[in-house]
Amino acid sequence: MTTTEERVLQAVPGAEAPPVERALSSPGRGGRLAAAAARSLPIVPIVGAVLAWHLLTTYDVIAWLRFDKVPGPLDVFHSLRVQFETAEFRQHVVSSLGRILSGFALASLVGVVVGIGIGRSKVVAALLRPLIEIARPIPAIALVPLAILLFPTSEQGIIFITFFAAVFPVTVATMHAMKTLPLVWMDAASTLGANRRQVLFHIVLPGAMPAIFSGLSVSMGVAWICVVSAEMISGQFGVGYWTWMSYSLLDYAGVVAGMLTIGALGFTTSWLIERLGRRVNRWLPGEAR
Amino acid sequence: MSSAVVASTDAGAPVELDKMRIDYADGPAAHLDLKVSPGEIVMLLGPSGCGKSTILRALAGLQPIAAGAARIDGLVRLGPEAHCAMVFQEDALLPWRTARRNVEFALALRGVPRRERKQLVLELLDQVGLTPFADHLPKQLSGGMRQRVQLARTLAAEPRVLLMDEPFGALDAQTRLDMQELLISVWRQRRTTILFVTHDVDEALLLADRVVVLTPRPARIARIVAVAHPRDPDAQLQPEFGLQGKEILALLGHGQLPPTEDRKD
Repeated sequence: MTTTEERVLQAVPGAEAPPVERALSSPGRGGRLAAAAARSLPIVPIVGAVLAWHLLTTYDVIAWLRFDKVPGPLDVFHSLRVQFETAEFRQHVVSSLGRILSGFALASLVGVVVGIGIGRSKVVAALLRPLIEIARPIPAIALVPLAILLFPTSEQGIIFITFFAAVFPVTVATMHAMKTLPLVWMDAASTLGANRRQVLFHIVLPGAMPAIFSGLSVSMGVAWICVVSAEMISGQFGVGYWTWMSYSLLDYAGVVAGMLTIGALGFTTSWLIERLGRRVNRWLPGEAR
Repeated sequence: MSSAVVASTDAGAPVELDKMRIDYADGPAAHLDLKVSPGEIVMLLGPSGCGKSTILRALAGLQPIAAGAARIDGLVRLGPEAHCAMVFQEDALLPWRTARRNVEFALALRGVPRRERKQLVLELLDQVGLTPFADHLPKQLSGGMRQRVQLARTLAAEPRVLLMDEPFGALDAQTRLDMQELLISVWRQRRTTILFVTHDVDEALLLADRVVVLTPRPARIARIVAVAHPRDPDAQLQPEFGLQGKEILALLGHGQLPPTEDRKD
């Protein structure tokens, strides 16, 4: 039997999905045909996987792995279409998105502030670092029982767990960024008369943005893992809850439809962070003009 | 037009290093006594690692002074308060700001009202010949252009003392000549006092009123060479140029010290 967490990990393929490399499609000498062939390369394995899935489930293959109860792609597609027409399912999606965004936004803010504090002040570092090092290794999922006890509503508990999972990657990335900022930027600013606040907002924060954004994209991935797991355990709404309910109700097509929905949501939110990061950090030498 | 930039600037301030000593954690870095007149260009030349940049950093307020004093315009204030601004060797531009916005940053820090900044930025960029590149990010500019922006940004602080820490050290020979000419033309307009660190003997002799040759660390004054014909376009053709160059090189440990009549150090 797989644990919940493993199930969720499998269920979030899009959480850290890198966008398909563009390198393959570089046009030019190879000619159009080669370019078209190159462009179709990423599609081949996807089509192959869906086809294999279809065949394995259609013929109810049992060869150590048992496909007899697994829904086929057509069932899943049908289920998705039906579900997306119901207001109830859309409500579950909105509910999960709301939790992710609140937990993630809170984590970004706290992570950046604490990271800068630790990176720039010895006092703050002495105060907070040990606490962070103790709390960080605890998987956020392990906090579910405590969150149920602590918070008046499960909604707040789930947001807390999402926050807890997402805050550390941002904190650590920001903290390290403080050490890699070129000193000459600060020197230049202070010889031009900048005070501490101006150095913070005009040098430190923009200079740390590349690192902060790499922390944010890691955070977004773990935030989805945690929100879905927390929903499965203690939620009354949300895609994670809905997926688990489908399993309990033996609606296996619904389970896969839920998985795919979670994947799509994870992919979309990560993509948005990526886009935003590129825009903010377009000054980096590696970014095209 | 560009007189608006200059108008509020007083000309260069006098600089006095009064037995100034700077220490690193592991011992003294520099110890010297030097008087620089208002509007003078003094080049600091010395073996690498001798502590010459540290002297500038102290005047910029980036490095504490251990003993003695540095006075600018007779006062012991340093850095921005004393209108000392610095041009760095490395890329000190903020890479996320365009050329225009880098210069504007200095104006904003000085408290210039927003609506006046735009015009001043254009004048400053015009002065360093970068108007067409105002909206380029530093990564889209060549090394020479980036140093031009840095010069414009530093001038935006209206310095009375310009501290230049090997500002052209990373540039190719041609660009370096262009930059030296640019610096001289800016200096002719503003008469800022300039303290300039270099390791290039020719650069020192081409730009300076006086060349201060420093010893290996801790940096002390080995000799002060008063340039025979400061900033004369034909200086390189005159015999003193070669002789003084040879003298400086010898002090730095390359070749024999030519026999000189007076050693005033």
